[in-house]
Amino acid sequence: MTDPMKIRASLQGDTVEVKVLMNHEMETGQRKDANGKLIPAHFITMVNATCNDKTVLTAQWGAAVSKNPFLNFKFKGGAKGDTIRITWVDNFGENRSDISTIN
Amino acid sequence: MDQGRRKVLRAGGSAGLAGLLMSIGFFKSDNALAADWDKAAFEAKTLPEAFQILGVVQKSDSNDIIMTAPDIAENGAVVPVSAKSTIPKTESISVLIEKNPNPLTAVFHFPDGTEPFISTRVKMGQTSNVILLVKADGKYYFTTKEIKVTLGGCGG
Repeated sequence: MTDPMKIRASLQGDTVEVKVLMNHEMETGQRKDANGKLIPAHFITMVNATCNDKTVLTAQWGAAVSKNPFLNFKFKGGAKGDTIRITWVDNFGENRSDISTIN
Repeated sequence: MDQGRRKVLRAGGSAGLAGLLMSIGFFKSDNALAADWDKAAFEAKTLPEAFQILGVVQKSDSNDIIMTAPDIAENGAVVPVSAKSTIPKTESISVLIEKNPNPLTAVFHFPDGTEPFISTRVKMGQTSNVILLVKADGKYYFTTKEIKVTLGGCGG
């Protein structure tokens, strides 16, 4: 299992700003190891964000999103105390889901 | 014997994970956007090929897409890119990097209530045009910016 994500969600006026830092190698499949062997691609393919079970963002990613991906987005309709859940799945079928609260 | 036990545990574990994902709605059938990873589009090797697979027939250059990104990126492994669309009914924003081995980098979908804005970090193998593609009300719009890379982010 990978390390937890860092999720910060803050209400500014009527808009919730969400910042996420994920822990993932995001290996491109282009690099070689010390023995000249290609390191297999390993990257997040799908990201889903919900606020109290309502989807607020979905994303599909390729291998060119940077290692330990950063994501920043904004939505309306959230309130302090609401639960933000971020879930990702990678090309190996591994996944991770973490929650945070809007403050 | 020990190995057999591990297999059983692993099988149980993955069934549990699928169940968890179901329960949080990741694989909800009405959420087709999240359930499908467009493998062909992400594996496209050229910009025209990626556009073709994405179904982009016509697209117009637009000043209503704002890209915030550096002119020169010292480190191609971490290039900050922000995208904002002021085109009404923006449904999605895609990020494409022309000279990367696979240009399509990310597609973001915005449900109602979510601002058509995104900020993230991407890898660039070399100096390249970066294209933001916006889908709004069934039509496609784009803007382009060249980002110079001093040190590539995809090599060994």
